[in-house]
Amino acid sequence: MAGGILVYALHDDEGNFNKNSLGAISEAAKLASELGTEAAAVVVGDVSDDGAAGLGAYGAKRVFRAKDAPEGLAQPIVDVMAKVISDEGFSYALFGGGLLGFEIGAGLTARLNAGVTMEVTEVKVQDGKLVAERPVLQDSAIVDVGYVGEPGIIIGRLNAFDANEGDGGSAEVVDVDIELSDWSTKARMVTRGEQRGADVNIEDAEILVGGGRGLGEKDNFKLAEELADAMGGAVAATRAVVDAGWYPYAAQIGQTGKTVAPKLYLAAGISGAIQHKVGMQNSENILAINKDPNAPIFEFSDLGVVGDLHKILPKLTEAVKAKKGG
Amino acid sequence: MKICCLVKEVPDAAVQKRIDSSTKRLDRSGEKNLNPFDTHGIEAAMQIREGGNAEVDEIVAVTMGPESAVRALHKAVALGADRSVHLTDEALAGSDVCATGYALAKVLESEQPDLVLLGQQSDDGECYTIGAVVADHLKMPSLTQVIKIDVGDGKLTCERQAEYGYDTVEVDLPAVISVGDAINEPRYPSLKAIMGAKKKPLETHATGDVGIDAGEVGEAGSKTQVLAINPPPQKEAGEIIEDEDTNETVEKIVAWLDERKLI
Repeated sequence: MAGGILVYALHDDEGNFNKNSLGAISEAAKLASELGTEAAAVVVGDVSDDGAAGLGAYGAKRVFRAKDAPEGLAQPIVDVMAKVISDEGFSYALFGGGLLGFEIGAGLTARLNAGVTMEVTEVKVQDGKLVAERPVLQDSAIVDVGYVGEPGIIIGRLNAFDANEGDGGSAEVVDVDIELSDWSTKARMVTRGEQRGADVNIEDAEILVGGGRGLGEKDNFKLAEELADAMGGAVAATRAVVDAGWYPYAAQIGQTGKTVAPKLYLAAGISGAIQHKVGMQNSENILAINKDPNAPIFEFSDLGVVGDLHKILPKLTEAVKAKKGG
Repeated sequence: MKICCLVKEVPDAAVQKRIDSSTKRLDRSGEKNLNPFDTHGIEAAMQIREGGNAEVDEIVAVTMGPESAVRALHKAVALGADRSVHLTDEALAGSDVCATGYALAKVLESEQPDLVLLGQQSDDGECYTIGAVVADHLKMPSLTQVIKIDVGDGKLTCERQAEYGYDTVEVDLPAVISVGDAINEPRYPSLKAIMGAKKKPLETHATGDVGIDAGEVGEAGSKTQVLAINPPPQKEAGEIIEDEDTNETVEKIVAWLDERKLI
């Protein structure tokens, strides 16, 4: 029998678990039952007994808790997971989408000399082993990746795994004593989760106008805002423009940002990188305006307009106003 | 301070990429270029050198790849690196992330840098992982997707966006830092720098030169195996409008929105 599947469950400073982590636990539980083995989770830092045991509802049989390892940086968690995997004989480590999962999974690859697959959209059981499906080349092909030896490390794409809160009951909480590696203590969190820019709500909007680097400069966001106003929607942004300080973090879509599924997503000057796509691809209608005819966004938009958004957006705003007024 | 910049040669973005069905590897033939994400790593090294908070003795570009990868090194040198190191060996072909990270760590061990910089991802493989793999082999702290670096005494103060907002993290040197594309605007190399790039020192290493166990790299040393390649589920292709007459384009957009009851 194969060993179990170990999942890292990320939490914020208030102890709330990340939705993608909960999804990974549910996915692990489903796969473990097919393999005839166990799904378990690792948590670090300040997690209450009830909080840890509560992961049982998503399918974790046991939760390994390392109170002395800090949350938020990857390398101490690599120490914890490497120890649990070795001591308990886990065959796989599974991560939901997210930055920290990528870093921890990569660290485990080196530490345990293990195979890793990232951006995984689906996991299946084949001949008693897990096989990871991973889209490559801007999602133009999907490769099935198998593992040579154990453990195998699977890093999911954002929103790849749905969290199912079932009647799994309480997980057994196992406290783990951990001695951190020298180099794991050489990075220290100074401040975590700082919000930059205004607190805006984009998750409830039925119409979103997303702005990317193609807007050219910060001030041009007003073109997106005027259109969103005319349409009765809100404005969202890509990571690149948020990192550049053009727009608030709270409006960011994609990896390390929000996931949305509005009735209309109008992408203005957004190339459509995978990290953005994963946060908005379930929108009912996608309209993209971009001057680059080769922009990946046109591969998954319902209507693509190749042209200069500085010319198109103001006229579109006027036309929408006229239409609504008339 | 000695800075090593990891760089990679990738197929040019304008070239149609494909997978070779016989080897199940990415077909890396055709036009190549320096991974655009790595140019931000070199620029970050240059800004540390010019920033005055640290004495940068040397910036070394390091790559692993076939003979043609020399061009990526020339580009890196034109952008500011002082010299370059090329790890190239038949034995490395087909290396997965685990094997590549191990091999790069071995080359870096021979250089003993105080700081390793790289781009947060490669333009072709879409991985975000190499920096963290290399760091663990080198027993160095690491951080990825960094968008701001301040150099202090024996340490860096870094900022990056993670799941809950922006994190500020202090990292002791030596360290491995992968940078996001928002960290800087890479400069254009001068004509003189481009012309001079081929004259800068370039060392070539085979696996044995830097103590790489050939059994741990290449296809044989890899821990993952591509079992199959399939086309993605077909999505109906969207409609495309080329904007020639903007009034007409806008009319079409409004009609499309109206049809779907979106206005």
